[in-house]
Amino acid sequence: MLSRKIELLVGLFVAVAIAAGLMLSLYVANQGISGDQETYQLKAKFDNIGGLKVRSAVKVGGVVIGRVADISLDKKNFTPVVTLDISTKYQDFPETSSVAILTSGLLGEQYIGLQPGFSFDGIGTLKDGDFVEDTKSALVLEDLIGQFLFSKNKD
Amino acid sequence: MMQSLVHLGRNAIDRISTLGRAAQLIWGAIIAVPQPVKNTPLLIRQMYVVGVQSFLIVAVSGLFIGMVMALQSYTVLIDYGAEDSLGPMVALSLLRELGPVVTALLFAGRAGSALTAEIGLMKATEQLSSLEMMAIDPLRRIIAPRFWAGVLTMPMLALIFSAIGILGGKFVGVDWLGVDQGSYWSVMQASVEFHQDVVNGFIKSLVFAAVVTWIAVFNGYDCEPTSEGISAATTKTVVHSSLAVLGLDFILTALMFGL
Repeated sequence: MLSRKIELLVGLFVAVAIAAGLMLSLYVANQGISGDQETYQLKAKFDNIGGLKVRSAVKVGGVVIGRVADISLDKKNFTPVVTLDISTKYQDFPETSSVAILTSGLLGEQYIGLQPGFSFDGIGTLKDGDFVEDTKSALVLEDLIGQFLFSKNKD
Repeated sequence: MMQSLVHLGRNAIDRISTLGRAAQLIWGAIIAVPQPVKNTPLLIRQMYVVGVQSFLIVAVSGLFIGMVMALQSYTVLIDYGAEDSLGPMVALSLLRELGPVVTALLFAGRAGSALTAEIGLMKATEQLSSLEMMAIDPLRRIIAPRFWAGVLTMPMLALIFSAIGILGGKFVGVDWLGVDQGSYWSVMQASVEFHQDVVNGFIKSLVFAAVVTWIAVFNGYDCEPTSEGISAATTKTVVHSSLAVLGLDFILTALMFGL
């Protein structure tokens, strides 16, 4: 016959396991902005995306508002096209907004910084599927060193 | 020459027929006519023996592995001023690799060997035959609850292992070495993905659970009914399931994170 104690201990064990699972999924993985939330897409063309990856963060003033959904190459002029998933909570960025690929810290992860532009009459807002025209490419350390050496030589 | 060919052939046939018997066992135990209502008390009893009694060793090893990892990673990361990355380092290695694999190895040693020895002794003392005499299918009465208990409890143990390991890493990293508490958690949250890391780790431990428990119950059921046979079967369980876990881990990792 099953004793009550065994049932109790098994119940306790399962409860601890569920608590561990909840902690891992909610606290450690922090299901912030991901596929579950409603998003809309913006696109941007860059000259060079550096080390940007799919699922890198999109930030406005440090606040994460979305993630990079896709990185591909434009077939006509061979420039990288980055597709951004932005949470529908954050909408109506003016068309004059700009995006830049930034680096957190000196050697940290790269992310996309969105700088909202001014909005005045005649300037629309960015809608699903729109291209952000004003972009700044990633700062590639090697290029920077090359430029520095080049300018040194001229002196 | 001839003799060695004969030997090789006999060996191959033996191996393959062992695989066939293992498949038969699993078919008879779980696929043919499950009886969930009648077997639930048996299942709970086995979950106690297999899962709850392995809890302590899994929890303690999780704590210490998390603490050691935090300590080791810290000494390397501090050279680059990157000690804020301690959180993701500990969490990702635990969730993706160490949680499922170390739990499976501990489980094979702690619960798998016990299952093999128990079933092997039942066979040696002809308890399994007497069950059959009473028209009770030992596959359903003995094997099935043990198999399901292993499959259900091991992923839970792996979750507990990872959670306790991350807390252990926090004790060493934050409370002792002085990594900022906020960055330990927030950098971890930024880089751990629910589907990619937590769910894939869980799937891994589910696969390991099925394989380890299957190997354990099969070796017990298939052992030679003597004392040497039981001891050989127990050794086989630990060796085979450890190798299977490590091999499968490579394959699963390549499939999940390879590209």
